[in-house]
Amino acid sequence: MSEIAKYDAIVIGGGHNGLVNAAYLAKSGLKTVVLERRHLVGGAAITEELLPGFQFTTFSYAISLLRPDIVHDLELVKHGMMVLPMPTTFAPMENGDYLQFGADDYFNYHQIARHSRKDAEAYADYSHMMGQVCQLLKPLLSDIPPNILSDEPEEVARKARLAAHLGGADGKVLTMLTRLLTGSAAEILDDYFESDIIKGFLSSSGIIGTKVGPRSQGSGLVLLFHSLGEIDGTFGEWGFHKRGNGGFTQTVARAAQAFGAEIRLNTAVSQLITRNGQAVGVALENGDELYANTIVSALDPRRTFLQLADPRELPSDLVTNIEKFKFQGTSAKVNFALNGLPTYPALPNRTDMYRGFINIGPSMDYLERAFDDAKYGTFSKRPYLDCCIQSMIDPDMTPPGKHIMSCFVQYAPYKLKDSDWETERENLGDTVQKTFASFFPNFNDLILHREVVTPLDIERKVGLSEGNIFAGEFLTPQMYFFRPAAGWNQYRTPIKGYYQCGSGTHPGGCVMGAPGQLAARQILGDLQKK
Amino acid sequence: MIKRSPFHPRLVESNETMFWDNWVGYASPTQYQYSTVFEYFSARNAVALFDSSPLFKYRIKGADATRFLSGVLVRDVAKCPVGRAQYTIWCNDAGFVLEDGVLLHVAEDEYWLTAAEPNLKHFSDLVGRQQVEISDISEEYGILAVQGPHSLAVLRQLTKGVAGLRYFGLTETKIAKKPVVVSRTGFTGDLGYEIWVKRDDALAVWDALREVGQGYNLTLMGSRALSMARIEAGLLLIGVDFASARFAWVDAQRETPQELGLGWMLKGLAGDKRPFIGRTAIEHAISHNTARWQTVGLMLDPAVYEEIHNRQGIIAPKADMLYQDTLYVYSDDYNVNANSEYVGYVTSLLFSPLLKRHIAIAKIASGVAAAGARVFVEMEVLHRSQYFPAQITRLPFYNPARKTAVVE
Ligand SMILES: Cc1cc2nc3c(=O)[nH]c(=O)nc-3n(C[C@H](O)[C@H](O)[C@H](O)COP(=O)(O)OP(=O)(O)OC[C@H]3O[C@@H](n4cnc5c(N)ncnc54)[C@H](O)[C@@H]3O)c2cc1C
Repeated sequence: MSEIAKYDAIVIGGGHNGLVNAAYLAKSGLKTVVLERRHLVGGAAITEELLPGFQFTTFSYAISLLRPDIVHDLELVKHGMMVLPMPTTFAPMENGDYLQFGADDYFNYHQIARHSRKDAEAYADYSHMMGQVCQLLKPLLSDIPPNILSDEPEEVARKARLAAHLGGADGKVLTMLTRLLTGSAAEILDDYFESDIIKGFLSSSGIIGTKVGPRSQGSGLVLLFHSLGEIDGTFGEWGFHKRGNGGFTQTVARAAQAFGAEIRLNTAVSQLITRNGQAVGVALENGDELYANTIVSALDPRRTFLQLADPRELPSDLVTNIEKFKFQGTSAKVNFALNGLPTYPALPNRTDMYRGFINIGPSMDYLERAFDDAKYGTFSKRPYLDCCIQSMIDPDMTPPGKHIMSCFVQYAPYKLKDSDWETERENLGDTVQKTFASFFPNFNDLILHREVVTPLDIERKVGLSEGNIFAGEFLTPQMYFFRPAAGWNQYRTPIKGYYQCGSGTHPGGCVMGAPGQLAARQILGDLQKK
Repeated sequence: MIKRSPFHPRLVESNETMFWDNWVGYASPTQYQYSTVFEYFSARNAVALFDSSPLFKYRIKGADATRFLSGVLVRDVAKCPVGRAQYTIWCNDAGFVLEDGVLLHVAEDEYWLTAAEPNLKHFSDLVGRQQVEISDISEEYGILAVQGPHSLAVLRQLTKGVAGLRYFGLTETKIAKKPVVVSRTGFTGDLGYEIWVKRDDALAVWDALREVGQGYNLTLMGSRALSMARIEAGLLLIGVDFASARFAWVDAQRETPQELGLGWMLKGLAGDKRPFIGRTAIEHAISHNTARWQTVGLMLDPAVYEEIHNRQGIIAPKADMLYQDTLYVYSDDYNVNANSEYVGYVTSLLFSPLLKRHIAIAKIASGVAAAGARVFVEMEVLHRSQYFPAQITRLPFYNPARKTAVVE
C-alpha cells in the first residue's frame, strides 16, 4: 500500500455502538478515530438542554439491555456511569383506576389482585417463565452468531454449540421461546392473564419501536427483546442513566478517549474508499480523506451498504436483501418541560408512583386500535405513550421544583397517507398532550415547553433510515442469522477491512453496546489471523 | 417499650414498610420504602436524610478538656481546633481498639463526642483530678445526616452558615430559627453534613429540610441503604467489621489500630510526646510489626461470579445483596486445590449498584495482603461451597472528589 495509513481503524458514526467499538479497538492498541457527523456524540442516545436548566432526552430515554461485561471491560463507572433504578411503574386506566408496581413482589401481588387475584398469582409464573427464557438467550447476546451459509469448520462448530445450548434447555422453556419468536404477545398473555389492564401493560413491551400491534405475529419477539435486559441480575428491569442516555454516551466517549481513541465531531463521512476490493479509507463531506486498513460503519444497514459503500462492489443478492430490509419507523417522541407534577385524580395526594414509567396503554384493545390507525397511514388518534418524569429520579435534569417528561409515542408511521410530517408535527404534539391530559386533568396547565420529534426528525437528526429506532425492524427474518442479511451477520462485509457495528447487526437496537462489542471482537480476531 | 428518637413521629409517618431496627434500644427504620437501592442512590445522586440520633453523645467540658482527651483518645486532639471535627478511636492499655467516634470541638473548653456504645463511665473513670466534666447528652440532641451531592444546595436554602464549610469543619448556626451545630461529616463517603439539634427543635428542623429538599429529591434513608454507602466508602462498623475490645473474651476478637487500617491516625506519633491509653502497646506493635491482619477491600471478579452461577443453571444474585457477616477467604479454589489455605475473612460484602460488582471489607493475613493479590471468597451456591476469585484492593472503593472538595 502506498499511502501511510494515518489510523489503524476509522469508526463511522459516534452513536453508542460506534463509541463502544472504538473503545475496544483503542484498548487493544489500535490507533482509532470516531467520525461523528453531528456536534455531539451519542446518536439516538443524547441529552440536550433545550430550555435553560432542562435536560431533554430527545430520543432514547431509559436503559436496560447494556451488556454488563462492557461496563467492566471499558471501566465505565470510572468515567461516570450511574444507572439509577426506577422503583415504580404506573399504569392509569380509562375508568380512573390504575395499576401500580413497586420494588416488592408482594406489594405487586396485592396491586394486581385489585384487578384479578388469579392474575396476581399468574404474574409470578409469567415472570419466572420469562426469566428462564431470558437466561437461556442471554449468552447469545454476548456471542457472534453463526453464519448459516458457511461450512467453514469454525462455523460448523458455532452451529453445533448453538444447537447444544438450546438442545439442553427445558422443554417448557423452549416452547415459550418458540411462541415468543413466532407468535403474538396477545396469544401468550391471553394464556396467562384475564384482566385488560395487566395485559395492556405487559403487551406494551411487545410493540415498542416496531410496526406491530399486540395481536400481530411478531409482537412476541419484541416483548421478549424488551425483557432481555437487566438491572443487577433482574431481567426486564429498566433504569435511568444519570443525566439521561446522553449522560451514558458521554461516559462511553470519555472511556474511549481514555483508551486513546480520538473523536472528531462535525465530521460527516460521504463515502468509503476502496482499492482492489479492500477498504482503505473514507472520504468526508468536506472533501478530505482519511486512511486506515480497518473501517467500521456504525450506521444502519441501508447506509452502510447502499450509501457509504458502492453497491456495485457488493454481491447483488446482498444488495437485494438490504434493499428489502424493513425500516418503516412508527415511533415518535414528545418531550415536555413542566412547571410541576401531574395529578392523578384517584391518588390526589401522591406523586411517588411517578418514579418510573407511566404507561398509557390500558388494554390490548387500546393498543390494537392505536395500531389500526398506523396500518392505514395515519398516526394514532389515541396513541400508546411510554412516559417518564426523569427529574423524579435525577434532580440534575431540571431546576428545583420543575420537571421534565419524556413521552415515547406510538404509532406514528414514517410514511403518512395523505399528509407529511412537516404539516402534522404539532398535530401529533396536540394529540399526545390531549391523550395524557385525558388521564391527568391538570396536565395542560403544567406545560412550559413542548418538543415534538417525528420519525422524519429521527431520520434527519440521527440518521436512522425511515426513523426506525432500532436501525431496522425487529422481525424474526431480520434477527440473529439474518441481521442484517444471511451470511453477513458477523460484522464483516464483502469488502475486506470494511465492518459493520451498528444496531442493524446482532443483537439489534436499544442502548446495549453488544453490536459494537462483538464487532470489535470480530475485527481484532481477523487482525490477529493476518 | 423501645425508645424513640426525637424525630420519631416523622419516622413513623414516613416508614411505608414498617421495617425497623433496634439500634441501641431505639426504633430506627431499616428502610422507609421498598426500594433500598433507591434510598441508597439518593446519597450518590440527590440528597438523603438519615436519623443518627440513637448514637451515644457526650459533652466533655472544662479547662482541662483538651488535655484530658489527648490522654484518652488515640488521635491527637491538638490537631482539632475549635470549629473542627475529628474521626477518632480509643484503645485499651493493650493497644486494642475499644471504639470509634466523631469528636466535635465546639468551644475552647468544650467537645462533643459520638459513640456507638455507652461510654460515660469509661471516660468518667479516667478523669481523676483534671478539671473536666463529662455529661451524657444522648437524649438532649437529635442528629440528622444530610448526605449526597445536593446536600449543600438544600442546606444553603436554610442557613448561610454552611457555605464554605470544609470537610470535617463545623459551625453553629440556625435552621428554621432553631440553633443547630452543623458539621461536614457523615457515614456515606459522599458530600454530606450532620446536624445536631435540641430534642424539642428536632421536628421543626426535619420539616424545614423536607420542604426545601423536595426540589432536590431529598429521600429518607434507612440503615440498610446507609450500610451500602458505608461499605463503598470503606467505613468500618462496630459489631460488624470489628468488635469492641472491652467485651472480647480472647485476643482473636480484638484488633489494633493497624489491623483495622487506622494506622494513619498515628502518623505523627514520633513527634507528639503525649501519653495516651494504649500508646506503649501501640508503639511496640508498630516497631515489632505484630499486625496479624490487614483490613483491605476485596473486589470479586464479576465474570467468574457470573459464570459459577450460570454453570449451575441459576441467575447470579446481585441486586439487594448485602452481608454483614463472616465469610471465609482462602488462597485458592478449594474445590480444585486441596492445599488451599485459610487466609482471612470478610466482614461486610455488598453488590455495589454503582460499581456493578461485589465488593467486600476483609481482614487478610498480613503476609498475604498485598494490593493486587488474588484470594478466594467462600460462598454458598446451591447448598455447596464455591470459591469466588477476588482482588485485594485499597479502601475506599468509592471516593468522589466532592466529598472533600472546597465548596462554596
Ligand atoms: C426516539 C427513540 C427512543 C428510543 N428509546 C430507547 C430507550 O429508551 N432505551 C433503549 O435502550 N433504546 C432506545 N432507543 C433505541 C436506541 O437508542 C438505539 O437503538 C441506539 O441508540 C442506536 O445506537 P447506534 O450506536 O447503533 O446508532 P445511532 O445512535 O443511530 O448512532 C449513529 C451515529 O452515526 C452518526 N452518523 C450518521 N451518518 C453519519 C455519517 N455519514 N458520517 C458520520 N456520522 C454519521 C449519527 O449522527 C449518529 O450519531 C430509542 C431510539 C429512538 C430513536
